[in-house]
Amino acid sequence: MTFFFWIFAAVIVGSALLAITRRNAVATALWAALSFVGIAGEFVLLQAYFLAVVEVLVYAGAIMVLFLFVIMLLNLREEDLRVTEGPRLHWFGLILAACFLGGLVVTCRRAGLFDEPLGAPPSGETASVAPVLFQNYLLPFEVASFLLLSAIVGAVLITKRRLP
Amino acid sequence: MLFTLGMIGVLSRRNVLVVLLSVELMLNAAALAFCTFSARAGNLDGQAMVFFVICVAAAEVAVGLAIVIALFRLRVTVDADRVDLLRN
Repeated sequence: MTFFFWIFAAVIVGSALLAITRRNAVATALWAALSFVGIAGEFVLLQAYFLAVVEVLVYAGAIMVLFLFVIMLLNLREEDLRVTEGPRLHWFGLILAACFLGGLVVTCRRAGLFDEPLGAPPSGETASVAPVLFQNYLLPFEVASFLLLSAIVGAVLITKRRLP
Repeated sequence: MLFTLGMIGVLSRRNVLVVLLSVELMLNAAALAFCTFSARAGNLDGQAMVFFVICVAAAEVAVGLAIVIALFRLRVTVDADRVDLLRN
């Protein structure tokens, strides 16, 4: 189990690293898709089978297709894809992110999050997730559906509007 | 770690498409953390939360890409630094 955890962790981190360093937007999208598949693998190891399926369907499927579709739709030329990166902003971002990572690790250690688990991991099959979603979290569930609806309407409105 | 990588992507790249994708990576990192803590605590609330995170991510991507398309129509660029419509 630990062996597979490290395999998936290496896949996630490695492909995410490749995703943010590639110049080509299509390569970025495909590496990110691999990263999402790795995260789905981690969900399986955490016995969250429902979430693993949703992750592959929504992220590696729908969101990636949407991204690639937009990249193809924009029909970017080579010089558009090779945007010049400013070195100053680049290093500033790296330093800020490194500080954040350090703070995150220190906080997790202090809170004892690396210790042994409190209880056995629950089985995240669809049948056991459903009552939580539809009883405890029914209102957020409906709000989420409304959010998706407004996102659809907003996306259509933004892209359809005639620009001056 | 993944969240940090996403953060580097957001802060240091200028292609808006790559920035959007990095935001997705950060959301995924948060979702994975939710799922891990749910497994640690031994209940399913965290997994329900991951479901909502994925919902929000889908909505965010739809609107974000719509904005990218509208932006590309207005200015033929995906460079975030050349977008200064709000400046004057």
